[in-house]
Amino acid sequence: MEDLYREVILDHYKNPRGHGVIEDADASAEGMNPLCGDEVAIYVSFEDDGETIEEAKFSGRGCAISQASTSMLMEMVQGRTASEVSELSKDELLEEIGIPLTPIRLKCALLGLGVLKVALHRTKGTPLPAEWAGLDEEFKVS
Amino acid sequence: MAVETRAALDARKLRADFPILQQEINGKPLAYLDSAATAQKPRQVLDAMTHFYETSHANVHRGVYTLAERATEAFEGAREKVARFVNAPSSRELIFTRNATEGLNLVAYGYGLASLGPEDLVVVTELEHHSNFVPWQYVAKRTGAGFRMISLTDTGELDLDSLDAIAAEGQVKVVAANLVSNALGTVNPVERLAAWAHEQGAAMVVDAAQAVPHRAVDVQALGCDFLAFSAHKMCGPSGAGAVWGRRELLERMEPFNLGGHMIRKVQFEETTWGDLPHKFEAGTSPIAEAVGFGAAVDYLLEVGLEAIEQYEHDLVAYALERMAAVPGIQMYGPPPERRAGIAAFNMDGIHPHDVAQVLDWEGVAIRAGHHCCQPLMTRLGVAATNRASFYLYTLPDEIDRLTDGLLRARKVFG
Repeated sequence: MEDLYREVILDHYKNPRGHGVIEDADASAEGMNPLCGDEVAIYVSFEDDGETIEEAKFSGRGCAISQASTSMLMEMVQGRTASEVSELSKDELLEEIGIPLTPIRLKCALLGLGVLKVALHRTKGTPLPAEWAGLDEEFKVS
Repeated sequence: MAVETRAALDARKLRADFPILQQEINGKPLAYLDSAATAQKPRQVLDAMTHFYETSHANVHRGVYTLAERATEAFEGAREKVARFVNAPSSRELIFTRNATEGLNLVAYGYGLASLGPEDLVVVTELEHHSNFVPWQYVAKRTGAGFRMISLTDTGELDLDSLDAIAAEGQVKVVAANLVSNALGTVNPVERLAAWAHEQGAAMVVDAAQAVPHRAVDVQALGCDFLAFSAHKMCGPSGAGAVWGRRELLERMEPFNLGGHMIRKVQFEETTWGDLPHKFEAGTSPIAEAVGFGAAVDYLLEVGLEAIEQYEHDLVAYALERMAAVPGIQMYGPPPERRAGIAAFNMDGIHPHDVAQVLDWEGVAIRAGHHCCQPLMTRLGVAATNRASFYLYTLPDEIDRLTDGLLRARKVFG
């Protein structure tokens, strides 16, 4: 059971990569997990080509699973293009996390990915799968 | 297991009534510490519902055949029991709903929407569950009424000093508060609030979902105008709840749901409403659930409300003392003498989800999240808290296991 908090998860939780805010970010969005009230904001800056992610950062608060998965995500997307990231599958991230998750904890693990996709969708018009549309709506309402 | 309880309640014996508690979770005996979310059900309640389905089930208030009469008698008998349980002057003032939330919506729509205007104020508390917050916020917006919140002290209790300032801002028409906070366990001074509400010419609306299962509640002694609660938090089934309202107010109100059963006469030109309580009970009610609701009342009366209140007081006092010794724990809420059987806390550097996850490994079930109290979470400056909540079947050694689990979480997260 303690696999859930295996070393790499705890390491990312305690020493998150890409934690912080990018002032004047090229793309950003924030989202919330309504089940638990956890919030995450994601900031992206692009290289000169306007497509390749130079840096991605996140801020907010959440459980070990959400913080660690978002931290891993920030590392994963660096150097990829916006359209590549818009196609990045949940499974690819979950494989990186590498632990079996219950449906409730899946929502924790995938919040950051959803918010990142919303940020890219808004700035670059990349496709936003229907399952993340709610995050986009929520942002517009608030 | 060091706790001494003075109460005439034998939790170990009562647990035999609860089949669900006789199981292991992750190889450990289930320690169910989430009764504030929903209580477990004793065999007596389950049997009453099964018996009803097997012997007496039919739709109520319609058929003239024997079975329909039997069903109606069981349903209305349950209403009598539930009404007496909160000392309602008449069972006609006791409306069956799906849950407390629906009861509060019934009041917000049926009473609030019709009686509020731009000059008026609706007053809620910073401690409200969303069910007694969001409907009033919505109705205030719809009617143009002002929306105010009674703030909290640092111990999570209502700051009644703010009442005068609120009253000076407009005509207070509705005051909505819970009797016991689901998030902190705070027992609110509803009698005082009701007296203040009436001085302002306002109606007092009470969310008693966390109170009715755990202590004797008397709508007349409280002096409130509406009071809502749920069966599922008091050992009854989900899908049934009740709202009591003062008859003169209920009679003045428009119905909330429209349709079958709630009418007197339907014609193309016009429909007239039925009498109380039927005016507010459109469609087929949760019939077997109401029967289970009545059986839950019987069960709690048999155990004794005073014994339950005393027992939970002893449990929470014990829990607060034990938990205070956990390194890096932050406890929320008032001292035991002013709180019900709820312990709310956070662990430094460990998110509530992760605390609850580690406790689950130990078979200990607690709640982690915002508890449908986001305004309170904002006041506390957190996104979420942990909550352990107790009931008549909770054992002191389950609190010991909770404390041990918190120490394990500390070990995992450092």
